[in-house]
Amino acid sequence: MGMNPQTINEFPVITTRREEVIAWGRKNSLWPIPFGTACCAIEFMGAISSVFDISRFGAELVRFSPRQCDLMIVAGTITHKMAPILKEIYDQMSDPKWVISMGVCASSGGFYQNYCTVQGIDHLIPVDVYIAGCPPRPEAVFDAVIRLQDKLENKVEGKIPPAQFQAVERRFDY
Amino acid sequence: MLTNTELQEKIKSLLPGAVIGMTDTYGIVDVETNQKLPQLIQILRDDSSLKFDMLLDIVGVDYSEYPEDKPERYGVIYHFKSLAHGHRLMVRIYLDEDEPEVGSIHDLYKNANWLEREVYDQYGVKFLNHPNLKRLLNHVQFVGHPLRKDYPITREQWLTETDDLMDEMDVRLREKGYR
Amino acid sequence: MSEVMQSQKESNSSALSFHTQKDRKDLVFVNFGPSHPATHGTLRVLCALDGETIVAGIPEMGYLHRGFEKDCEVHPYTQCIPYTDRLNYLSAIMNNVGFCKAVETMLNVEIPERVITIRVLMCELNRIIDHLVCVGTNLVDLGALTNFWYAFNPRESVYNILEKVCGARLTSNYIRIGGLSRDLYPGFETEVEAVLDEVMVGVEDMEKMIENNRIFLERTQNIGVLSAEDAISFGWTGPTLRASGVESDLRKSEPYYGYETYDFDIVLGSAGDTYDRIYVRFYEIRESIKIIRQALKRLKPGPIMTADKRVALPPKEMTYGNIEGLMNHFKNIMHGILPPMGEIYDATEAANGELGFHIVSDGGKNPYRVKCRAPSVMNYAAYQQLIEGGMIADAIAILGSINVVAGELDR
Repeated sequence: MGMNPQTINEFPVITTRREEVIAWGRKNSLWPIPFGTACCAIEFMGAISSVFDISRFGAELVRFSPRQCDLMIVAGTITHKMAPILKEIYDQMSDPKWVISMGVCASSGGFYQNYCTVQGIDHLIPVDVYIAGCPPRPEAVFDAVIRLQDKLENKVEGKIPPAQFQAVERRFDY
Repeated sequence: MLTNTELQEKIKSLLPGAVIGMTDTYGIVDVETNQKLPQLIQILRDDSSLKFDMLLDIVGVDYSEYPEDKPERYGVIYHFKSLAHGHRLMVRIYLDEDEPEVGSIHDLYKNANWLEREVYDQYGVKFLNHPNLKRLLNHVQFVGHPLRKDYPITREQWLTETDDLMDEMDVRLREKGYR
Repeated sequence: MSEVMQSQKESNSSALSFHTQKDRKDLVFVNFGPSHPATHGTLRVLCALDGETIVAGIPEMGYLHRGFEKDCEVHPYTQCIPYTDRLNYLSAIMNNVGFCKAVETMLNVEIPERVITIRVLMCELNRIIDHLVCVGTNLVDLGALTNFWYAFNPRESVYNILEKVCGARLTSNYIRIGGLSRDLYPGFETEVEAVLDEVMVGVEDMEKMIENNRIFLERTQNIGVLSAEDAISFGWTGPTLRASGVESDLRKSEPYYGYETYDFDIVLGSAGDTYDRIYVRFYEIRESIKIIRQALKRLKPGPIMTADKRVALPPKEMTYGNIEGLMNHFKNIMHGILPPMGEIYDATEAANGELGFHIVSDGGKNPYRVKCRAPSVMNYAAYQQLIEGGMIADAIAILGSINVVAGELDR
């Protein structure tokens, strides 16, 4: 995080950047809204359970009200009948918000290529991280949450790219 | 429990003119009938030695691409089971292509309401005297009947606005006495 | 209880309010679902509320209609098996067994002894995990949060076993037409015994927590009562019908796979309320554990795929060794499984009730029509009758107890 511990009159002080503190706070307290429709919702429940424990990453407080969340995890197939509801819940979430598309059904329609399945939720809402798998293991959900946390801090593969850092700094609107 | 041969004998004599054909499909008696279907089913349910008190399922089939010749394009198959005696039955009716209509049995079995709605949704078969023949599985702006053989599987239809269900709610509230 | 409330309301209506006529403007319309924590999937009920009482409720389904039946018409029989996995995704192997049993009956294929025992074992294991989810989520909706973990932790151990056997935790795709896709791993029996003990501990812990809890008793007893005649008329089967007091279990009345040789009981309820539906599931878990223990003793080494050439691929030495084996392999892969022309309806006792498949075959490699008789449809069809007149909090308790799995409901 780029910390420089110092002391001012023997009082411990850490100096850092404003963006880093805000990103650190945001990434460690993602509140997910599980938009669970099908089998992937069961695996998401497994990820929340005590065996796999998503609360290690701070994302344990699942709230079902879109106003109280910032991370939407779409777990399961989205059909055309469900699509307006997904869009409405996404619109009701307040900024900043992120979307994880869990499973192949949400990412691309899965193996349901037919008249009733939306072939990927990115036809409806912008997606930040896609998870493949049918259903993905709970560890894959954690991998996605970690990648999202890296994306939040503008890191790529855990490192901040030096040339891009200045350019993307202005993306946050406080 | 009646054996299949006894069932076949009994059902042939129930309602004159109702039973057109009868076969045995992998252990279940398969009765073919005509538009007298609601009366036949009522007798099947009420007769004490038959007592088919559970409607298991209503299946619609589109026989237009079937290699064998069938009397009409659409078939609707009703599955029955008798909890008291333990025997099973299939009742089928063939409906023509232009106006597939058959009487509804929603007053005989309570789950027939939704099962008939599903057959209407997927095949377009109309059930006469049905209280609420609306789509069940597909969305309200869907045009066409997807399980028919001439509906291409990948033709998607987008929905712009969710059905607000207030039309059904109005009917229900009026039934409950609210004005 | 709800009828008592209703009549009191009507008789004291002039005492409680100034309105003596029922007016629509007094009602609040609340949309319960389809994105709701307690709907367990994508169900929607539009409720008209008068205070806390539901005056009228309109249930709607179809939000997870994924076109299973149309997809089965364009895929060969073996490729339909993964689609059946996702019907009742809590107990995937039971759907596989239902479908494969119907096709095998059409083809008149003889399955080896070991396959039958393993199928019974896996089905009962899946029944246990299905009931654990149903009870766990039902109790979470009532507010008993700890029970969720007590139900899900044994499930994770069962998932470890299923993963070692099938390759996947949830969507197993394990059963093939004519047998199984692969054999059990060494050490399976000891691990299953350990898991059964863990499940028993979990179930007993859950029961100890709720059986004398006054909130649980008042929220579930006499709530959502469905009489036996109504249940039969709605086509209910499985634990919900048995909770209403009707003795009906396909494993006893029309036994298949040797169920008549296993020693187990049918669990019956008496009142048909939510309490009975939860407790029937608790006791059915115990009966399934009994069946699994008996099945484990019967496991003998043997083939896991039938020898019938129409259905099974030949062993590799034959495929690479002589021309008949190669032709057999080629024909089975390219032309697929070709059942004779005809229609069949075959049913098994799944975790929710009678899961039936009506398959129409035209003699080709794709089925002509597959219809899945899903027990959740019948369970949900009765929902309107169950909730009207009750309170909205009771509607949530009832929905959990009738175990509507959206994948099966909407297919």
